[in-house]
Parts: sequence; C-alpha cells; structure tokens
Amino acid sequence: MGMTMTQKILAAHAGLDKVEAGQLILVNLDLVLGNDITSPVAIKEFNKLGAESVFDRDKVTMVMDHFAPNKDIKAAEQCKMCRDFCGEKDITNFYDVGEMGIEHALLPEKGLVVSGDAVIGADSHTCTYGALGAFSTGVGSTDMACGMATGKAWFKVPSAVKFELKGKLNQYVTGKDVILHIIGMIGVDGALYRSMEFTGEGLHSLSVSDRLCMANMAIEAGAKNGIFEVDDKTIEYVKEHSDREPVVYKADDDAVYDETYIIDLSEIKPTVSFPHLPENTHTVDEIDDIKIDQVVIGSCTNGRLEDLQLAAEIMKGKRVAKNVRTIIIPATQKIYLEAMEQGLLKIFIEAGAVVSTPTCGPCLGGYMGILAEGEKAVATTNRNFVGRMGHIDSEIYLASPAVAAASAIAGKIAEPKEVL
Amino acid sequence: MKFEGKVIKYGDNVDTDVIIPARYLNTSDKKELASHCMEDLDTTFAGRVQKGDIMAAGFNFGCGSSREHAPIAIKESGISLVIAKSFARIFYRNAINIGLAILECPEAADSIEEGHIVEADLDKGIITDKTTGREFKTEPFPEFIQSIITNGGLVESIKNGSFK
Repeated sequence: MGMTMTQKILAAHAGLDKVEAGQLILVNLDLVLGNDITSPVAIKEFNKLGAESVFDRDKVTMVMDHFAPNKDIKAAEQCKMCRDFCGEKDITNFYDVGEMGIEHALLPEKGLVVSGDAVIGADSHTCTYGALGAFSTGVGSTDMACGMATGKAWFKVPSAVKFELKGKLNQYVTGKDVILHIIGMIGVDGALYRSMEFTGEGLHSLSVSDRLCMANMAIEAGAKNGIFEVDDKTIEYVKEHSDREPVVYKADDDAVYDETYIIDLSEIKPTVSFPHLPENTHTVDEIDDIKIDQVVIGSCTNGRLEDLQLAAEIMKGKRVAKNVRTIIIPATQKIYLEAMEQGLLKIFIEAGAVVSTPTCGPCLGGYMGILAEGEKAVATTNRNFVGRMGHIDSEIYLASPAVAAASAIAGKIAEPKEVL
Repeated sequence: MKFEGKVIKYGDNVDTDVIIPARYLNTSDKKELASHCMEDLDTTFAGRVQKGDIMAAGFNFGCGSSREHAPIAIKESGISLVIAKSFARIFYRNAINIGLAILECPEAADSIEEGHIVEADLDKGIITDKTTGREFKTEPFPEFIQSIITNGGLVESIKNGSFK
C-alpha cells in the first residue's frame, strides 16, 4: 500500500521508510511559528520547560500581526513579551511593525517555507503552506513551546481525501470560490483529522496565490493539512523567494485515499458562505438582495497582490456604495508597496475605500473594522462564526476579492458582472 | 482518572470564537479568560458553572482557531471533562497538551442531557449517566496520549523525560 504526499513528508521527517494512517510518530520540524496572541502563552510554557535556548534560532519565527500595530495596552504588553523573548534567544526571523505582514502571506514571501518542509504554527491557518507542497499544520501554544525547545512534534499520521482538479476557472472566479464550494460540499468537519490533497491537470491553471488561498481554508473543513502536488509554478515561486532547495514528494500511484472528488474548475461559480458557518455556501447568482454595511478585502486568505489587483480591476473608476465602509488590507509590507507602485491604492482611495497597514485586525474581531449589532459584512476572510467580526448579532458573508469588490460598489452582495 | 459532575450541554460546531472571543485574547491570564468563557454562546455559563461540572457537546467541538486560550478558559472555569461527538483536531491536541480531560463518544453526547449527573472513567473509557443509569463505552486513548495526560500535559512529560 503506497503513501500519500503528506505521509511521505511525515515519514521522511520521522526518519522512517514508511508510515501508515493512525500511526503515532515524532516528527523533526523545519519551522515553528507563532504570532502575538499565541506566542505569549507558548513563551510561558517554554520557560516552564527550563530550556536555555530554542532548538535552532533560524527555525523559529514570530510575527506580530493579530493585534499589531498594538491595538491597546494589553496587546502592546503581549508584543513586548514576544520582542523581548526573540531578542534574548537571538531569534533570526522576528517580524515586528515595519517588517511584518500577516504571517501566512509573509512566510512564503520571505522564503521561510519550501516544498517538502514540515512546519507547525500556533495559528490554525498554518495549513496555508501546503500550497507549496509542504506539510504544515496549526497547533496550540504548548506544541509551539515544545517545538521551539525540541524541534519536534508528535502526530497521528492522517489518512487523506483527494481532490482531482480538472478544467480551468472562468473569469472573475478564483481559488476562494473553489475552496468555498468544496467546504460547502463536504462540510466544516468533512475532512476532520485528515489531509486534503489537491492534484490533477486542473491545478496547473491555478496561480500560487489561488493555491495559498485554498490550502489556507483546509482547516475550515476540519483538515489537518491541505497540500498541493508540486509543479513548475511551485518550483518557480519557491526558487524566486528562497535559497533553500525544494524537495518534491509525490503520492504513490497506489496511495490509498478515503474518498476522491473530481472538481471541474470550469463549473465553479462565484460563491458566498452565509453566516454562521463556512459550509453554508450559495452561488451569488441564486441569492436575493442582501444589503451590506461593510466590505473587508484582506487577511491571510485573500490579502495578496493578485487579490488586490483583482479588486482594483473591478473598482477602477467607480465609487463604493454610500454607507458601505470598505476596508482594504494589503497582507504584507511588500504587497503594500507593490500595490502602491501599481497604482492600486489610488484606485481604492478614489473609490472611497480605506487602505490599512497589514494586520489580521477585523478578521477575528480584533480592531480596524468591528461590526455593530445587526450589521452585515462581505469579507474575503476565512470564518463567519457568531461574533467573529464584532457583535454576536452581526453577520459575515465570506467571498472572493472579486465578489467583495463588486459588493462594495453595488451596496449588496453582487457578482463582478453586475457592476462592470 | 475518574470524574463525576453535573452536565452543561451545547450543540454541534461549538467554535473557539464563542468559547473565548478574540476580543479577550489580549491577555493570557487564566482567570480573566475563564470569566469570559462561552460568553458569545451562553452569557449565563461563567456565572453558573461549578467546579467539577462536565461539558457535553455535539460534533466538531472546538473548531476554528488554534487558540489554546479556549481549553485553558474551559479548564480554569472548573469544567473537569468535555464529552463530545467529535472534536476539532487542534482543540483535541491542545486539551491533551494542557491536561484538560476529553472523551469522544457520540452515543453518550447524544443521550446525556443538561443537568444530568455523569461519571466517567478515562482509563477504561466508560461513561455512566447516573441520572438515567445508562452506560456508554468509548475507546480509551492510545498509551502514548494517556502518558501525556497522566504526566500532567506535554510540558511536564518533556521535563520528566517520558516524552521521547
């Protein structure tokens, strides 16, 4: 019986020739990540361990992104704790205001993850790096602490669900629509404890940005990780961003999958997840008028340059609807700068949107766009749980940057073709 | 390990955002986190939970964010054990790593009602609803995980050399 992509990476990092689903193994890690919310808890646990130093100063990274730039005094104290720890332990990749970005947009951009890596992060969306053919998964702060100290983490080897992609996406349909469609199809626990492996000739037509967005939301189907088969686009991306050599793991021909789904990309339509679960999906062409109060375009899911380019293409020369607060958040400093140089920021500001510094901010109801009772938002973020962006009686509709931009212009949930 | 307590029951897909809303994540103070536990789902929880109470819930308990603040808030609030039809995987790990007892048992989670008195034996994987007299059997944890729990969590296991 052969191994899946994920199983091959795990076996290699556990020093084993072969692993099977259900087996408990100890894995050597290439990178351990934390942010300004999860790291303080991890630092306290690390100190309890009594370890003098981290296992490898180049393989631990902390990114101040959730409540940074500091939203209040307590957030400032948490960032300071991380800053002091990284200073003391001489950690190479500490990203503070001015250098930081939203962690899952930042790490691939900085070349900290390459194909074949095994990564843990104390953030559930760490699964994003599967887009590059790495095994990466979210853990809690204690796992992060122990990972920082020992360079290892325990895992139960997952079984997998295969998604065979074919065809090509239509104009203004994105990776976000594909992953929302998939979550709608299998449910928020449809891949619980398992890997989601993406393969098939259709994947070659997806940009790296689309793949990062899709792998990012694997957790919203309960998955341990989402992973894409490596192709020329992956290798080109990794070589452009990192000096480290990518290692390519392909699933065996006789690898066993719990289920296989065939997804025809050409059939995917602009899709929106209704409150309060990502699985509550509808295609935009089948819904009634839903008036909105806010639009957020950003986050680790959809704050990349390609997302901003798409939004700008739709918003160019238009104005956002009266009373729709439109907040655009480039995910990293580099993306911010490129968006400025390409004139995208000018398009947004002239359309009546605001452009923020990189931050997770409103996605998790931190700050920079909190909703009042009864308000509705279209967001390119990843969760629409009760109270996620503000009041418990507010509503979040998850969508692509194209649908979000069109909705900002229309003042209601809309497809790009309705405003172009 | 054995537990006995009164049940507080919730439904499916209880996410970490309602267990501990992100607006309170600017602290890692356990007592402060516990004072806001379950707030966006049940504003009465923090006021009525008693030490030793058992939480029961449906499928995919603890889905969403990786915030360890969620199991920490539940544990600190006095809850001794969470029984659910299934757990989201990061919550599952985090609970084990910090020493919050959990049991996956769809039949028990279905049958047990709010206010029932429940007894659970973690080593044997037996849950008894003392209010109805019904008994449920579930898989005990693998030895590797039992060892983390009995050593008081992952940090303690590494410190005393039992984690290899």
